[in-house]
Amino acid sequence: MNLTANPPVATPYFFYGLAAIMIIGGILVITRKNAVHSALALITTLLAQAALYLMLYAPFVAGVQIILYAGGIMVLFLFVIMLISIERTMKERQFNKQWLVGIAAAGTLGGLFIAVYTTTTKGRVLFPQGTVSYVEAGNTQGVANLLFDRFQGTYMFAFEIASLLLLVAIIGAVVMAKKRI
Amino acid sequence: MDAILLYIKSYLDSGLTPGAAGNWFWATVYILLVFVGLSVAVIAMNWLERKILAHMQVRLGPMRVGPHGLLQPIADALKLLLKEDIIPAEADAVVFWIAPFIVVLAAFTVFVVVPFGPTHAITDMNIGILFMLGVSSLSVLGIVTAGWASNSHYPLIGALRSSAQMVSYEVAMGLAVVSAIMMTSLSAEGGTLSMIGIVESQLEQQEWFIFKFFPLGLIAFGIFAIAMVAETNRAPFDLPEAESELTAGFHTEYSGFRWSLFFLAEYSAMIAVSSIAVTLWLGGWLRPFPSLHGPEISIPYIWPPSDASAPRGVLDFVFALFPGLTFLFLGALCFFNARRMPKHPLFKIQTMGLAGFGALLGLIGLVLFIPVARDRVTDIFWFSAKVAAFMYLYIWYRGTFPRYRFDQLMKVGWKVLLPTGLALLILTAVVGMRVELLAQVKEAFQR
Repeated sequence: MNLTANPPVATPYFFYGLAAIMIIGGILVITRKNAVHSALALITTLLAQAALYLMLYAPFVAGVQIILYAGGIMVLFLFVIMLISIERTMKERQFNKQWLVGIAAAGTLGGLFIAVYTTTTKGRVLFPQGTVSYVEAGNTQGVANLLFDRFQGTYMFAFEIASLLLLVAIIGAVVMAKKRI
Repeated sequence: MDAILLYIKSYLDSGLTPGAAGNWFWATVYILLVFVGLSVAVIAMNWLERKILAHMQVRLGPMRVGPHGLLQPIADALKLLLKEDIIPAEADAVVFWIAPFIVVLAAFTVFVVVPFGPTHAITDMNIGILFMLGVSSLSVLGIVTAGWASNSHYPLIGALRSSAQMVSYEVAMGLAVVSAIMMTSLSAEGGTLSMIGIVESQLEQQEWFIFKFFPLGLIAFGIFAIAMVAETNRAPFDLPEAESELTAGFHTEYSGFRWSLFFLAEYSAMIAVSSIAVTLWLGGWLRPFPSLHGPEISIPYIWPPSDASAPRGVLDFVFALFPGLTFLFLGALCFFNARRMPKHPLFKIQTMGLAGFGALLGLIGLVLFIPVARDRVTDIFWFSAKVAAFMYLYIWYRGTFPRYRFDQLMKVGWKVLLPTGLALLILTAVVGMRVELLAQVKEAFQR
């Protein structure tokens, strides 16, 4: 199947739209007093992020993002949040008083991004303009090769260590929750 | 004008899905077709479920609205649309409003990748099966928010049960799916997640994956078949809406149009998971016995098909007649029942309606004998027939099995299906790689 024959469907306007959805969703997450509304806004943000991965021709990452974050983790989030008494949290004031520090940190990070993007070393920019090659059709296989291939798979050990970390978290949760095992 | 016509025509011989061909017109047509077809299937399923359940319990089922109650689902839909739409005073209005839409969106979006035939899918994604599992798992979000937003006890308990159930059965389901995907990697092009690619690798290996590495494929299919009933909250796993305990579970407070959205989503989710099962294990659009062709025959104007690459054996011809014959049989059934209708003048319109419906079905059957139409839709027919078999199974389960208790349900999910799935995964990997493994062992001994 020759995908390069077709021009990319996703124009920059898709990116602007998705970015706007993500920013609005992110702001809603921290400003809503109702925790369930925050969680729903977070899900919207995560889904828009999955769409951004699709724009980057990484469908596998997008699919995993939907399954793990939007489908798995957020369900557990909602599951817990639903059991909290909403009436009490609605009356509470949002107590984070660090907005000054927050603005400073965000501003610094933004400045850093702009600085990195515009820096030229020996006349070359870090992110040159150009066309990407559309590797959508091989994305899944590419990820698998990177992880498991006998010759070029350099990340297998790191991958397994990460899964071990998750296992430790699971065992920890069981130990914390149960007095007698 | 000619350019537009040419653009529309150019797709027909391309042998690609509209998504892969990048053809906007046909993509829109396919999306509309799938949407309409799905809605009709849900309506038909509603009628069939009530009729078949009734017959299993030695009742007649709906008989009043239209001949044999054929118009009952339309009457129901009208009633639901006209009903007052109630939002409880203490409910969280916004979330209450959004929840049914999340469920419907999740249930309908997955049909983007369902392969009704090698060219009959809206598009073919590189991550097809992953996309289907991911998006259909989003429907649990809608159920949870619906239960919470109703701000009432039964819906909340229903939502809690539902999310616990769906999260735990998703794991076993995923393991079964992975074992089928590993089987695709044995074909020449290597493994694939694309829905069309999975069916094509079954065609290439000349075997439905349900029979592959017998009994491993069968067990994987069994795990999926159990988990998919739990995923769609149907009997015997319908605890989230257990009538006797929770009145209606998570949609207790919903009425009218919003409730009908939940209904629509439930049935289209059933069709979606059935089509995953059909694609992965039952050979998708392939006809039964795809490896047998018989001697080649040729009948003027009728056989062989115009597509030169299509198989042209006598068995292929017999199976190509099936779609038309099925519709003719259904039409004949309608005529038979129209004759048996009461002779009272009050039933005259109903009798005529039933006969007209039979004539329509017969006409569709005749159209399906025309070679051009036949060659284009045989694959859709076989896919739909297999999915329809699953739909009948769903009704059959509901008619026969008693509901699980919640601890039993969790036990089945975590202590039976999950370990079986894990063992199956390892066994499939070992059997699939047996040649390479034996070579390695031999090498180690020689050293």
